Amino acid sequence: MRITCPICGERDRREFYYSGHAMALDRPTEDAGSDAWDDYLHNRDNTCGEMQDLWYHEMGCGAWVVVTRNTATHEVIATKLAEEAAS
Amino acid sequence: MRFSGLRVIKEGLTGNKGWSAHWRDASPKDAYDVVIIGGGGHGLSTAYYLAKEHGITNVAVLEKGYLGGGNVGRNTTIVRANYFLPGNSEFYSHSLKLWEGLEEDLNYNVMHSQRGQIVLFHSDGQRDAAIRRGNAMRNQGDDAELLSVAQLKRMVPYLDYDQARFPIYGGLLQRRAGTARHDAVAWGYARGASDRGVDLIQNCEVTGIDVENGHVTGVQTSRGAILAKKVALITAGRSSQTAAMAGMRLPIESHVLQAFVTEGLKPCIDHVISFGMGHFYISQSDKGGLVFGGDLDMYASYAARGNLPLVEHVMEAGMTLMPMIGQAKVLRSWGGIMDMSPDGSPIIDKTHIDGLYLNCGWCYGGFKAVPGSGHCMAHLVATGTPHKAAARLRLDRFKTGFGLMDEEGTGAQHNLH
Repeated sequence: MRITCPICGERDRREFYYSGHAMALDRPTEDAGSDAWDDYLHNRDNTCGEMQDLWYHEMGCGAWVVVTRNTATHEVIATKLAEEAAS
Repeated sequence: MRFSGLRVIKEGLTGNKGWSAHWRDASPKDAYDVVIIGGGGHGLSTAYYLAKEHGITNVAVLEKGYLGGGNVGRNTTIVRANYFLPGNSEFYSHSLKLWEGLEEDLNYNVMHSQRGQIVLFHSDGQRDAAIRRGNAMRNQGDDAELLSVAQLKRMVPYLDYDQARFPIYGGLLQRRAGTARHDAVAWGYARGASDRGVDLIQNCEVTGIDVENGHVTGVQTSRGAILAKKVALITAGRSSQTAAMAGMRLPIESHVLQAFVTEGLKPCIDHVISFGMGHFYISQSDKGGLVFGGDLDMYASYAARGNLPLVEHVMEAGMTLMPMIGQAKVLRSWGGIMDMSPDGSPIIDKTHIDGLYLNCGWCYGGFKAVPGSGHCMAHLVATGTPHKAAARLRLDRFKTGFGLMDEEGTGAQHNLH
């Protein structure tokens, strides 16, 4: 699997650290309550098919990248910087 | 049909014409007391123990593919009980005891071989951790022995003991650990359940779970609607999809775990051996193939095949530990889809829906758990209360933070196990 870093271009998967579903970008507010925080920390849609997850270009430029990927085929469909995805 | 040594000889001399099918390939009825979704090891063992221990035989096991076609046929067949934390400790101990009586109980040869598992350590710190783990295992009532390098060299002389990077300091041995023939476990449970009246229904995909006023009432399937008083979700690898049909989101992320087997060789590796400084463990099948595996690919996947970086890591670790296997040719590799929970430990629990029970999150522990999981799940479904060996495998432990079972001590969050 190769991932296209928006800054560095296409790179080997080994350069990236995986940080799970991109729901990490939708952090609840501090007073959102325990159910919202439990859901955010633990529960996942865990989609079989297209999903967005968060990768850190650890051995490259250090960017956080949102990768749109197919979990059934490992196809990488699109990538963009997390700061753009979150805004 | 009962199996015995005499029968094998008689059939062998008469052309093996007397053997019959091991289970009935049933068609779905309109209604059951219990519907089990998932005809893998855990679903079949649950059906077996529901019938045997609780006399509940009006049961259907619904399998979307063929029986035993999922993870029970896609693992590295290791059976052990060397866990550290309360929860896992008593559960896997319970499961290992069931393994030890399994062949007699099922009248089926599952080729359970208690050849011993050795977990190696490579530093003073790892030795301390091994001693602590060994004591926890013995406190649980299971066996554990600390092996010195001299003892190890007598048992497994082929390891690379004195290499500069990862010298071997010793090992923790569980003699009762070993391997079993994975397919035979599924077949044996299927036969035992079917003989007691359970309907095993293949090519029957569940497409919906019916809930009315907070009670489960049945399931929709590719072979029609089926009414059920109780429904058990036992679909590790696909748990998120089946639970979603009941409107639930689970604390599960699916990951691929790869394994490998070489061409058949003469007997050379007599135990299960785990490397302590890289993800690599190995045993030799009765057919002669070296069966070995490593760590997760470490990203969410349903692809049932992995990527090359992990293949490379596993091969490097293997060559570091036992250079003698370098000449063996790898025949094939495969990937199983793991239900990874945030703390790396399983879930056997009720759900917020009356009559709907959940069995998932088996992480790396699914195969050795097959007897214990089925036994405890059957107890839960039949009585509504958890079996004492599985009382800590709660779904709500992530929300409450009470009773987390983070064996690796890395934190109870996704991506760390």
